[in-house]
Amino acid sequence: MEALRMETENLTVYYGKHAGVRGVSLPVYDRTITALIGPSGCGKTTFLRALNRMHDLNPVVRVEGRVRLDDEDIYAPGVDPVVIRRKVGMVFQRPTPFPTMSIFENVVAGLRLVGVRDRDRLREVAERSLRQAALWDEVKDRLNEPAVGLSGGQQQRISIARALAVEPEVLLMDEPTSALDPISTQAIEDLLVDLKEQVTIVIVTHNMQQAARVSDRTAFFLDGEMIEFGPTEQLFTNPTDPRTEAYITGRFG
Amino acid sequence: MNLRRRYLRDRIMVAFVYLGTLVVLLPLGFILVHVFLSGVGALNWDFFTKPPAPPGEPGGGMLPAIVGTFVIDLMALAMGGALGLGGGVLMAEYPEHPLNRPLRLVANVLGGVPAILMGLFAFVVVVLPMGGFSAFSGSVALAVLMIPIIMRATEEVLRMLPWELREAGLALGLPRWRVTLSLVLPAAKGGIVTGLLLALARAAGEAAPLLFTAFGNSFLSFDPLGPMDSLPLKIYVYAISPYEDWIRQAWGAALLLVLLLMVTNYLARRAVRR
Repeated sequence: MEALRMETENLTVYYGKHAGVRGVSLPVYDRTITALIGPSGCGKTTFLRALNRMHDLNPVVRVEGRVRLDDEDIYAPGVDPVVIRRKVGMVFQRPTPFPTMSIFENVVAGLRLVGVRDRDRLREVAERSLRQAALWDEVKDRLNEPAVGLSGGQQQRISIARALAVEPEVLLMDEPTSALDPISTQAIEDLLVDLKEQVTIVIVTHNMQQAARVSDRTAFFLDGEMIEFGPTEQLFTNPTDPRTEAYITGRFG
Repeated sequence: MNLRRRYLRDRIMVAFVYLGTLVVLLPLGFILVHVFLSGVGALNWDFFTKPPAPPGEPGGGMLPAIVGTFVIDLMALAMGGALGLGGGVLMAEYPEHPLNRPLRLVANVLGGVPAILMGLFAFVVVVLPMGGFSAFSGSVALAVLMIPIIMRATEEVLRMLPWELREAGLALGLPRWRVTLSLVLPAAKGGIVTGLLLALARAAGEAAPLLFTAFGNSFLSFDPLGPMDSLPLKIYVYAISPYEDWIRQAWGAALLLVLLLMVTNYLARRAVRR
């Protein structure tokens, strides 16, 4: 049995008066991939964003319950969300290269902008992260070109490399391939499987095949609640809840 | 259906669009042409290098007013730019901040205040306490005029940037101020500079706020704490004077003002494009 890396306990997220996520308790195990699936509007993205305090900026959102990272409650008073986000990185649905920066600057932005100036170290980190993101060979000769000139799939891998460069313990991914073509999607899925040797991944996906292909455990969300959670194979082949079965067999969603 | 009739209707509509464009551009063109034709004759070496001649005597130039325009407007841009940018950033990037509502109110009210009242304001809070007219007080009046324009332009440009840009930065564990400074502001650089230029252009053409602040000065002065001349002030004084040569020079000053703004605009745009 793997060690626990993160854990939520009775997590509820309110948008104003409406609870978008209700009472979810989910363990996230170290160096595994956990997939969150469910129909649109089921609360899986809302849940994901609670794991690195991304809701903090939205004054109408209120988070209740507990989220623990290595046994520390990340919503406890006095905890700096900036420190939490250093440990729990995030990749978004749409690629988000920083428009004013080159490929190199994008990848090392998380280090450079907090004061790391050592050129050799930055180069080292850039190469390591780009290799991890399976992009090094494609961009190594044009590191100083603007990142926005790359294709969508490459831009998404830049976003992944950038998130990896700060060496997070956990990487949250919000439908990272939904804006990409099948080939780029394939490249990123392969990448995920390699990455889990070093980092714990929680991925939201619309694509059930993707969840089945890459994840170790899967959580099925419906209407703000977590209906079922278990080893991916078991959840897809032998679900215990009839609603899970209905969803994975394509009867709705 | 009747394809030829649809083509015809298309062409008529396009013609209306062109006509409308022309109607809008015509006054602008007339102004530029008229200012150019009336003012170009006044531009000569003396115009740029000499102080004004005594009333009624022909000759003399605009040197004090040209220098003063630069000094007053640049000081105003520095003050108004800093405050306006700060306010705009607060409104766009920190919408939950308690100062937001009062700030928005101030921007709206200030934006509707006539320019001459800005001069009166600077007269009361700067000229009276400091005991005399000064370029600095003129800059304060112009800065107050610029603030709402810069604030609103900045806010608008920042809001146009995708929210994901901030989230991507925050997700890297960057503090919020760093995201604003290093990711948001550089991405909006072009729009922000346009806003600053718009405000500068607006303020540079104003004579009213300077009447009882910078006051005007027939002698060359670089002292920001003493009275100073400015092109709009000169235009105002010369244009209503009875002397033909002064009226001619007023046109020259108007042309110069227009040219200066066009050049500033061009240079600033080229600078941000890089």
